[in-house]
Amino acid sequence: MNFISTHLLSLILFFPALAAVMMLFLPKDENKLFRWYAFGASLVPFILSLVAWFQFKSNLPGFQFEETYVWYEAIGSSMHLGVDGLSLTMVLLTTLLTPLAILASFSISEKIKAYMMLFLFLEMGMLGVFLSLDLLIFFVFWEVGLVPMYFLINQWGSANRNYASLKFMIYTMGGSLGLLLGIQLLGVLFGTYDLVALYQNWTSLEPDSILLGMTVQTVKTVAFWAFVVAFAIKVPVWPFHTWLPDAHTEAPTAGSMILAGVLLKLGAYGFLRLILPLYPFEAKYFAGALAFLATAAIVFGAFASYAQTDFKRLVAYSSVNHMGFVVLGIAAAGLASGTPDATIALNGAILQMFNHGLSAAGMFFLVGVIYERTHTRNLEEFGGLFPLVPVYGGILIFTSMASLGLPGLNGFVSEFLVVRGSWPILPMYTAISMLGLLFTGAYILKGIMKVLHGPMNEHWAHGEHKLTEINTREILVMAPLMVLILWIGIYPAWILDVINKAVSMLF
Amino acid sequence: MNFPVLSVITFTPLVAALIMLLMPAHRKNEVRAVALAAATFALILAAWAYFTYDQSVAGYQFTEKYDWLPALGISLYFGVDGISAPLVLLTGVVMFTGVLISWGDDDKHVMAGIQDRPREFFAFLFILATGVFGVFVSLDLFMLFFFYEIAVFPMYLLIVIWGWNVTREYAAMKLTLYLFMGSVVSLVGVLAMYFMQYQTTGVLTFNMLEMETSGFPALFQIVWFLPVFLGFAVLGGIWPFHNWSPDGHVAAPTAVSMFHAGVLMKLGAFAALRVGIMLLPEGAKYWQWLVMLFAAVAVVYGAYIAFVQMDFKYMVGFSSVSHMGLVMLGFSTLNREGLLGSGLQMFSHGVMTALFFAVVGMIYDRAHTRQIPELGGMSKVMPYATVGFIIGGLVSMGMPLFSGFIAEFPIFLGVWREQWLVAVIASVSIVITAAYIMRNIRQVFFGEIPENLKGHVGDVTFLDKVAITTLCFFMIIIGLFPRFMAPMVETGVNNILRLLGGF
Repeated sequence: MNFISTHLLSLILFFPALAAVMMLFLPKDENKLFRWYAFGASLVPFILSLVAWFQFKSNLPGFQFEETYVWYEAIGSSMHLGVDGLSLTMVLLTTLLTPLAILASFSISEKIKAYMMLFLFLEMGMLGVFLSLDLLIFFVFWEVGLVPMYFLINQWGSANRNYASLKFMIYTMGGSLGLLLGIQLLGVLFGTYDLVALYQNWTSLEPDSILLGMTVQTVKTVAFWAFVVAFAIKVPVWPFHTWLPDAHTEAPTAGSMILAGVLLKLGAYGFLRLILPLYPFEAKYFAGALAFLATAAIVFGAFASYAQTDFKRLVAYSSVNHMGFVVLGIAAAGLASGTPDATIALNGAILQMFNHGLSAAGMFFLVGVIYERTHTRNLEEFGGLFPLVPVYGGILIFTSMASLGLPGLNGFVSEFLVVRGSWPILPMYTAISMLGLLFTGAYILKGIMKVLHGPMNEHWAHGEHKLTEINTREILVMAPLMVLILWIGIYPAWILDVINKAVSMLF
Repeated sequence: MNFPVLSVITFTPLVAALIMLLMPAHRKNEVRAVALAAATFALILAAWAYFTYDQSVAGYQFTEKYDWLPALGISLYFGVDGISAPLVLLTGVVMFTGVLISWGDDDKHVMAGIQDRPREFFAFLFILATGVFGVFVSLDLFMLFFFYEIAVFPMYLLIVIWGWNVTREYAAMKLTLYLFMGSVVSLVGVLAMYFMQYQTTGVLTFNMLEMETSGFPALFQIVWFLPVFLGFAVLGGIWPFHNWSPDGHVAAPTAVSMFHAGVLMKLGAFAALRVGIMLLPEGAKYWQWLVMLFAAVAVVYGAYIAFVQMDFKYMVGFSSVSHMGLVMLGFSTLNREGLLGSGLQMFSHGVMTALFFAVVGMIYDRAHTRQIPELGGMSKVMPYATVGFIIGGLVSMGMPLFSGFIAEFPIFLGVWREQWLVAVIASVSIVITAAYIMRNIRQVFFGEIPENLKGHVGDVTFLDKVAITTLCFFMIIIGLFPRFMAPMVETGVNNILRLLGGF
């Protein structure tokens, strides 16, 4: 027991990878075994992160459950793990969504062993980003997550998967190049990658000293933009979002769930963990530009989503729209850091990350459910399906409403907080983004209408194409998401409390 | 008297070669068994030397010294430090895996490995291996050069006899002429050093440690650095003298390509470091910018040329140019991080490229084509080789958790310290590399198997799998635990920094 409590984070982080390696030794062609094994293996980090969640003392400042191991001494990097309220929320989201995604992939029938192994490695990559307190380790896991995702899209995706996976890979690698160079720059300057030390050193540099032949101001501005572009691609912020609709649409269902649910959060997390604390001045100076991009993402994301005829693409663009609010909150917090409004905006942004993780994963799963049955995602080919699949219809409407921001469900709480927080700081952009919110309602209703209402497409009502109702396993995937959606909508204090304390101590 | 581990390692392949030549030519399997036994023995000793090297003491260890030609100051003086010990291990690994994948398959349809005159093939390969080991362990400049030539010459025969019959004569000729040209130029430099040493100290010696301590006049170093460094670096594939290497790689039989890219190019880089930078540090400082320029061009240009190749093996060949460019780039920084990265990159690239060439060879032996568009779906028939190639590809892209990242990251750190612009430009190669590796993985290993290949392309042999596993093991272990190699290389780097005057 003692071992578990002293190595809690490394257990959460490495258990999936360990389980994936052990999977090599399972007998061949035992498809059922692979599925349940992977599901069981992904439940362990979830239970451990629940332990962490309940043992976490949210009123203490700084990082908790810290662990440090020697890793790459020669260049001054160590395996430093730790969580605060911000990262713990994200860890919980990741460990919750991964078992659900694995449960959702029980319908995968090809190369199951490789699929499940990749999924577990992917979980490790994502968790590593949230858990690491060392810049180099952060980058390591940041990149590691890419590879399993590439293969998940490339091997198990739909028709246009080659194009989408390569685009995803090159786009994100190109983006992380800037991050890599920025990290190298910091490493050269300070000889350490430890975040806690960097928070001190980097921000306390004399503004007029000369580094590498440039003024500190230039160096910082360049490094700032290098970081911003990397994270903006991941979030994604308009105009860096074009990889997203392709990747999301072509990925297998569970891949889309994780992509939208967690991978996009990595970018937003980068903004919160690295950009705001390391570049407070630049974040303030360039907040207007960031807010502009965020607003563009909100508005154009909503318009683009409305224009789609592919159900999955519609949901994919909705991610651009929703993640825009996260960035808007971050931009507002950067501009007015330290004020109560900024704290509210950040609370909203972080809660929005969690909420979008729940609702986007749910939406992608529901699209997957109907796609598996009909083999089409074309909205024009659906219509009036509600009487055929009432349970599915109910779940779809419930989840869509969360995404739309219906009061009483989780999306409302976080979007309200973001808007409330950024209104006094960036009134213009906030007002325009409300327009985007209007269109959020429009595209969601359009989606629901095209699928569930209107004249029934008789094709799905009879014969071999008869649409079957959502099954128990699929309901089991949705149930935890729906419970959380409702719970956060009605009583957000349990999670906001942790987030709020972290935010007020951090910024 | 300690066990003379270095000379045993060095001469084991030579002895094995002689034994094989005495065996009857038709006893192919017995010849192969001897080769495998010798390679295993050398690998075990190399690993033993690697793990018993005392990092807290550092410096040259396992030293042995025998007089060879005392009148001229030549002695057989062996020893390894933190830079060369990993390279000795690398040579052991590549030799072992090279023998495994050349074992071949008795299936008449496949004709994998070496079926034609294996006795002579292994004998020449092992003579080459002796030369390689000799260069890495020599502390005597003459001996270093002597072994260097031994390593270069068998290459000609190996390529021209067992090579790809389309270009082998051309490639063997080109390679040998290029390398001899380089070594002649550096030989002149070596002799200049020898006489300069005599002039300043009055002692005739090729002992590199003595040359290091007495030091050469600054002007002498500046004049002779370029011929010596570039002469050796030709074998390291430095731009603009890299042209022989892709042709040579492609024409060579698989095991020779593995040796060639995996170890021989390191030989050039190592000799350039050992003789060029360590004996002529002032020259290195003076010409730093030029080496950095050449290296940076190699990194980006090599990656780009690899990107446009349609021949699988040419792609791998040019990727070696790009990656060896990184080694040279690390050298050119002359600082701790850069040299550390280069030391690691030499090992990392060695195992990675050996794996690449092994897999390319396995595919070519079965599919009889290397044109990337004509291949496809190999993951269905050779899943093990596919996983191996993907791991190698990730190393090549500098993906974290694999050795490539551990090696490339410090190189870039070093470059940042010297000239940030070069770091930014060179980093473009990472994206280009990712693009061509990913495209290749997709095109060659996934998708559908072309109709004309269906049926007669089978899985790799058990020995191939052992070879792939061995190579992957090192790439992963260094990636996960840099401690496995970084502190060792660091001790060697400290020695170089001392010579550079605490640069």
